Amino acid sequence: MRLCDSEAGKTYTVCSVNTEGTLRGRLEALGVCKNTVVMILNRKRSGSVIIKVRGTRLALGRKITEGIMIRRA
Amino acid sequence: MRNAEKSITVCFAGNPNCGKTTLFNALTGARHKVGNWPGVTVERIEGTIRCEGMSARLLDTPGIYSLTSYSIEEQVTSRCLAEDNVEVIVNVADASALERSLYLTLQLLKLKKPMILALNMMDLAEERGIHIDCERLSTMLGHISVIPVSAKNRTGLDALTDAVFDRRRYRRPDSVAFREEYSYAEKIVHECVSRRPDREAGEESLCFTDRADRLLTHEIWGVPIFFGIMALVFFLTFSVGDFFKEYLEEAFAVFLQAARSFLKQTGTDPRLISLVTDGIFAGVGGILLFLPNLVILFFALAILEDSGYMARIAWLMNETMGLAGLSGKAFLPMVLGFGCSVPAVLAARTLDNEADRKKTIAAVPFMSCSARLPVYVLFSGIFFKDYAAPAAYSMYVIGLAAAVAAARILHVARKDGSEQALLIELPEYRSPDACTVLLSVRERVREYLMKAGTTIFLASVILWFLMNMGPSGFAEHATDSFAAALGKLLVPVLRPAGLGNWQTAVALLSGVLAKEAIVSGFAVLYGIPDINLPAGMAKLERILTESGFTFVNAYALMIFCLLYTPCIAAIAAVKKETGSTGFTAGMIIFQLLAAWIAAVIVYQAGSLIF
Repeated sequence: MRLCDSEAGKTYTVCSVNTEGTLRGRLEALGVCKNTVVMILNRKRSGSVIIKVRGTRLALGRKITEGIMIRRA
Repeated sequence: MRNAEKSITVCFAGNPNCGKTTLFNALTGARHKVGNWPGVTVERIEGTIRCEGMSARLLDTPGIYSLTSYSIEEQVTSRCLAEDNVEVIVNVADASALERSLYLTLQLLKLKKPMILALNMMDLAEERGIHIDCERLSTMLGHISVIPVSAKNRTGLDALTDAVFDRRRYRRPDSVAFREEYSYAEKIVHECVSRRPDREAGEESLCFTDRADRLLTHEIWGVPIFFGIMALVFFLTFSVGDFFKEYLEEAFAVFLQAARSFLKQTGTDPRLISLVTDGIFAGVGGILLFLPNLVILFFALAILEDSGYMARIAWLMNETMGLAGLSGKAFLPMVLGFGCSVPAVLAARTLDNEADRKKTIAAVPFMSCSARLPVYVLFSGIFFKDYAAPAAYSMYVIGLAAAVAAARILHVARKDGSEQALLIELPEYRSPDACTVLLSVRERVREYLMKAGTTIFLASVILWFLMNMGPSGFAEHATDSFAAALGKLLVPVLRPAGLGNWQTAVALLSGVLAKEAIVSGFAVLYGIPDINLPAGMAKLERILTESGFTFVNAYALMIFCLLYTPCIAAIAAVKKETGSTGFTAGMIIFQLLAAWIAAVIVYQAGSLIF
């Protein structure tokens, strides 16, 4: 499933990051890459989410969350 | 051993919001702006540290997550690191989020420059029961020096200074073999970081930040809470400001009286007395009396920036900014615009591309800056009485809406169709640091006083001369003066907006120098030195009411003042940051038009209704 369809409060593992252009590199630098475990702290209906990853919190917009494939951890 | 022949150049590098500038300030004694949100520093900052007769040049840089740079402020850092004369890199890392910080550390190692790892925020890490084995960490990072510090508590600073000055200990890192940064970072954390067992279990339970965020970043309640906080700030600005005003009133009246009689006794020329009292005291003094109101606003902004709430606003406004094809991150420069447009325009550097930056820069000047507050305090105080605070608050909301609309118009006009995605780190909440807040308020107050002493002073003197001189020397009546002649040229344009008297026109014109000068303008042009005090307000009310000026005119004036051309300092900042005269000119014309149209609508509609 995609990160934008995740559920708040649940924990997932990232399967793949398929975002456009430079975003992939940025996300990797921020710690979101294959096999990273992320916890969903908050989610808007628009598909934006706040995740907890490697001890930090990131707010991600829908354009990013659409491109991140996840599975339940 | 004196080593004066060549000073060392040290470059700071680290993730955004890991405390580089706080550490820089602690080491150099400088007072650069710090805050608890990523992106406070957007320029390179230089300073000097001294130790036993030696000195080192210290470069502080905007935060980066990796060596690949995407935005302007990240390029600043990359360029800084690449400079030949940088002898040693101090990689500042957040000890409480080591795994993520190490990604950049591992990339920096590849530069093969002497490097020191400063583990900042050790106090926070210890509080959370995190223990870091620095020796092991050093070994795993190619034997670079690892120094635990806390910039906030000023611990470990001496050790860091020693390491920086001891050239003999400089060494290029040994090569570290790893395939992927993060898998190696995980390995390092696994081997070097231990948690106290009693805290381990608590990790999964939600901490204060997470609990607070449930409400503050709530999809439905988050935005109303933000506007509620804004409203609270502006109501406080009014009520507390008024409280101080009573004391200031007496003091200023006594001072003015004393100054007048002193000048009279010394046999000073009446014209000079008029210049000093009706020009300078009226113009500059009129502005100074608003300081209590502004201090409250400055406090609120400083607390907002230091608490960690700032970054949440980007999340809350993300969908709204999406209307302009921007991400919520573009809203942060706009929030800074509540203080002053100049740093806000600079803050747009954190945005990834040129188009986004321009849209944000075009939006920023519509945000109601602190210089416009005196205008609202004065006119809403006179014409809205008990409803002064809501009337002024509406300016902030309208300004915000106008800013988003301006960005949206530019977005649609350019048909770029691009859509930026939000990507921002949300820091932990913390109680604002008293020292940081006070310093920030002090700095803003200093700037305000500086402006009163320079720009406003000059504007007041010029206005007084324009007011008292005419084509035939000193003018007997104000109506024969240059000011009247100048104002009358603009009157036909401003009349449909209910601002059709020459004094208002001249005041608005002087507002281009600095928005506070609008108030100074009224004070000088009507000769009311105590314009912010009840007596002066009553006088201005009487004069304006006699000329048929009602609260509808007052609201139109406030709207016009909110939306029209930003002050010259802001224009210069826009010109510098965009590097485009055309864009800057276009923006000025657009704002003038927007202000005129909005004021005309308010006045015409208001006159029909009331």
